[in-house]
Amino acid sequence: MTSIRMRGLVDHLVTGLCVLSTILAVVPLFSVLYYVAARGLGGVNLAFFTMLPAPVGEQGGGAANAIVGSLELVGLACLIGIPPGILAGVYLAEYGNSKLGQVVRFSADVMSGVPSITVGLFVYAIVVLQTGHFSAYAGGLALAIIMLPTVTRTTEELLRLVPEALREAALGLGVAKWRTTVSILLRTALPGVATGVMLAIARVFGETAPLLFTSFSNRYWSESLNEPTASLPVQIFTYAVSPYEDWHRQAWAAALLLVAFVLVLNVTARLLVRPRV
Amino acid sequence: MQTSQAQSVDLRPSVLDSPPSGAQESVVRDLSGNKLRTKQLRAFFGKAEVLRGIDLDFPERKVTAIIGPSGCGKSTFIRCLNRMHEVVPGATCAGEAMLDGKDIFRMDPVHLRREVGMVFQKPNPFPTMSIRDNVLAGLRLNGIKVADADALVEKSLRQVAMWDEVKDSLGRSGMSLSGGQQQRLCIARTIAMQPKVILMDEPCSALDPIATARVEELIHELRDSYTIVIVTHNMQQAARVAHFTAFFYMGELVERGETKEIFTRPSQQRTEDYITGRFG
Repeated sequence: MTSIRMRGLVDHLVTGLCVLSTILAVVPLFSVLYYVAARGLGGVNLAFFTMLPAPVGEQGGGAANAIVGSLELVGLACLIGIPPGILAGVYLAEYGNSKLGQVVRFSADVMSGVPSITVGLFVYAIVVLQTGHFSAYAGGLALAIIMLPTVTRTTEELLRLVPEALREAALGLGVAKWRTTVSILLRTALPGVATGVMLAIARVFGETAPLLFTSFSNRYWSESLNEPTASLPVQIFTYAVSPYEDWHRQAWAAALLLVAFVLVLNVTARLLVRPRV
Repeated sequence: MQTSQAQSVDLRPSVLDSPPSGAQESVVRDLSGNKLRTKQLRAFFGKAEVLRGIDLDFPERKVTAIIGPSGCGKSTFIRCLNRMHEVVPGATCAGEAMLDGKDIFRMDPVHLRREVGMVFQKPNPFPTMSIRDNVLAGLRLNGIKVADADALVEKSLRQVAMWDEVKDSLGRSGMSLSGGQQQRLCIARTIAMQPKVILMDEPCSALDPIATARVEELIHELRDSYTIVIVTHNMQQAARVAHFTAFFYMGELVERGETKEIFTRPSQQRTEDYITGRFG
């Protein structure tokens, strides 16, 4: 009898602890969101989206070049990083049990743990030093390298989740292997792969370290992708450490925008994998 | 005439009932009547030999059932016939298998599988495609141009007696159908390719009795147009649908004969033990 009561007590105690821990885990997330929104909303106005940064000492101006720059950098990263990432994922899923497959999988896992500033240094050494200047290309490449392992491993995992029965169905209809892989396996895994890609994009969107010495920064519009390019994270960094009140406000606004982007990407990714009715 | 005959077929006769009416005609037993034949066909998973030299003939436009306990190699056997066996890593075959006198092991497996279609144990429609696209999938994925796709879809779905059920919802996902409908959709997908032979690997084992009855009814209709090989665990099913029955045991063919013969006067003790339920 007492032991039953003890069990009930322990049950309540542990449940309570779990609830408490959950709240503890969620509090930082919501306080960050709240804080960024509270501080950032004041800086969000039309000028923020449409104007270049104002010269030092003047009020106003915006972050239009950083917004466009961030989109350019992430776009380049997608162009460079997604195709090889998906192809490598297909390779791992279809032929991954070979020696080479194991090496590739291990490398991808190690790569996803490499600090992003190391990737920035690597690109600095092989691109920036060689060309002699910072550029959006260099920044895009650095972000692509950071995306690559995530995209590869997600693609592999999701292709492995496609039921073997579908592969057999297609092969049994006399469909060639490559066609089966592309039109059946990849097609079936597509929502999941898209989710993985979006999460990878969301991750690199906020990367600052690898951009500091690859795409660097720019107070003006970049005339081409071969020039130093502004980006939101680097802008936030520069403004946040500046002594000007107005710049601080813009840094908060930029941070809010960044968080909003990442949130939208994450929510979209969630919606994509939701089973359709 | 064929349809009326098929409709009149009672789907639940006892094992000892008359065999399918096709078997009552004088069956051509000579070699020229065989669509498919195997000679000393052997199959391996790695070093393990799972088929130990099978000699079996499949007469054209007849249904041959393969029965036997689990693990006797019957699924492996039919998977050799369209070379799906080799898709599994480490799996190999040896021996001879001829389709219309051509050695299938010298054919391109992709082409072979267009002539030897397969229906699997579990219904496996493509989840990303509509009902209509599922029917056309084989042709489309093979880059074969279809002159009149609508007509082909209707014809294929009529052949599996599904047209009236789905004609207004061809755009819906194939996954929205019931299990039995999904399996018939998979059969429609297979016959849309107009294969010479249809292999069925326990096509009813994932279906309820009513859906099973409909698929069996369908086999009755298809057997006038196609050479069918069906693997089944269900001996009543073999008795209901097959002209010929082959009994496999431990990777060997024990005996093969007219279905009625096998179920009433088996020549081997092992066959009798199995069909009377003494083992397996």
